[in-house]
Amino acid sequence: MSVLRSDNYDLVVVGAGPAGIAAAAAAAKAGATTLLLDENAGPGGQVWRGLTSTPLTNRDMLGKDFWDGQLELEKLRSSGAEVLQRATVWSIDPSLQVGISHGGASRIVQARRIVIATGAMERPFPIPGWTLPGVMTAGAAQTMLKSSGLVPSEPTVIAGQGPLLWLLAGQILRMGGRIDVMLDTTPKGAFAAALPKAFGFLTTPYFRKGLKMLREVRSKVRIIKHVTRIEAQGDGQLERVVWETAGGKRGEMASRLLLLHQGVVPNVNLAMSTGAAHDWDGLQLCWRPRLDDDGQTTVPGIYVAGDGAGIGGVGVALARGRVAARAALTSLGKSGQDADLSAARAELAKANRGREFLDLLYKPAEQFRIPEGDTIVCRCEEVRASDIRSAVDIGASGPNQLKAYLRTGMGPCQGRLCGLTVTELMAKARGTTPEQIGYYRLRAPVKPLTLSELADLPMEPEAVKAVVR
Amino acid sequence: MTPMFSHIPADQRPTLEIFVDGQSVRARRGDTVSAALLASGLDVRRDSAVSGVPRLPYCMMGVCFECLVTIDGVGNRQGCLIPVAPGMRVEIQRGKRELGK
Repeated sequence: MSVLRSDNYDLVVVGAGPAGIAAAAAAAKAGATTLLLDENAGPGGQVWRGLTSTPLTNRDMLGKDFWDGQLELEKLRSSGAEVLQRATVWSIDPSLQVGISHGGASRIVQARRIVIATGAMERPFPIPGWTLPGVMTAGAAQTMLKSSGLVPSEPTVIAGQGPLLWLLAGQILRMGGRIDVMLDTTPKGAFAAALPKAFGFLTTPYFRKGLKMLREVRSKVRIIKHVTRIEAQGDGQLERVVWETAGGKRGEMASRLLLLHQGVVPNVNLAMSTGAAHDWDGLQLCWRPRLDDDGQTTVPGIYVAGDGAGIGGVGVALARGRVAARAALTSLGKSGQDADLSAARAELAKANRGREFLDLLYKPAEQFRIPEGDTIVCRCEEVRASDIRSAVDIGASGPNQLKAYLRTGMGPCQGRLCGLTVTELMAKARGTTPEQIGYYRLRAPVKPLTLSELADLPMEPEAVKAVVR
Repeated sequence: MTPMFSHIPADQRPTLEIFVDGQSVRARRGDTVSAALLASGLDVRRDSAVSGVPRLPYCMMGVCFECLVTIDGVGNRQGCLIPVAPGMRVEIQRGKRELGK
């Protein structure tokens, strides 16, 4: 892999979403040699997906918030940061060596500081039938819309809760796509619980935008509120969606597509694999890295920025990216950054307003996080909730021991789609807390890598001599 | 089979030819392999590695690995992260990645 200019960088940033773009731009502009790595074909992450390539060139279609990404991208382009797309980071170790795969070949790069900006992923939504073809995440539909101009055109149900659900429904409808029913799983009483925190939210631009979104979707889609049970049914593919509400009303609809969403959670695999400590967040119901005020993890020199540090959205991600980059530069002795750092911290404080209200309002209900019966938990290894409960009954104490019993988390997704469910399910079954149960121990390579690619890594003569006789 | 997703009329990107299990498919330039497969109208369900049940992509953002396909002879590629290229040969995976692919 000769595409990189160097083997050594002041700062390596992983992930070219808002946080990664902001971090790399800030660092490179301040004179640090900076490498930004991203596994997608173009920059933007999820929120700005397709920023440079979307077929939706009419600016009204994706709205101002999407196109604002271009301003940040301009800053990156003029900063002098080196950017490599379609590059997968499969390893980061405490000595700040970064394993990168690109075009079927790998190499190791030495960083002086690292910002991990791997963002968020959809929270697992393990309902009966969620592995059937035709059941996808709402984020998947949004990806197809932004990068390919593809919208649902067959009978479609969208289910779950959270701002993205409404945003996506609005976007699909505006582009002539099809949504027949929305199943709103926001629990009864969630609004009352969130109300004490409403003031902070009312002062943000999200409040007005949110109301507009709700009105638009409600006028065009049949909304079923307080849904407490959802099941995807079909033989080899989705044929119908069945639901039940808190009032005991049942309903069903023949459909080809079911889009699921109950919020997003930090994508922690890369950060955890470095050995950085993570804590259970009881409000957002997920793991988040333990960070200092600069965004630095418990592994010196490794920072986490963006939604990977805890869900905050695009404004928070940009601010966290700039805070981490500037703090990293200050620690490298690059002068003149202190004033910038306090500005970035002020930006972060402002961007965080109103988050608690959304977290309380859209806290997903237990029955959609901790499945019963034979619902599949681990999609890769096809392990069911009942299998896990049986394993707990005969003594499985945590996610890592569970691997030996059932292979949960050992398939190609490496626990990304089952990890949170396994932690919460085991905690409940053993009558303890997610913190006590813990998470899968994650190790490099955090993305699948062929042995031949690993074997072909460029090596120093001493390293070869050490093992070859 | 009618695809679950259709391109909006505003999408005027040029097309290119890929082959899915030998069959010619027109894909839009810039689409990922998974998006092109889902828009093709073909039955592109793979068989899962453990019990052989049908699956389609779930997350489309590199997390779930449900989109695994063989591309130009190399198995277990994440179709949702790889853009289509002219003449690309895509094979739907039946069960586990085969040795040598």
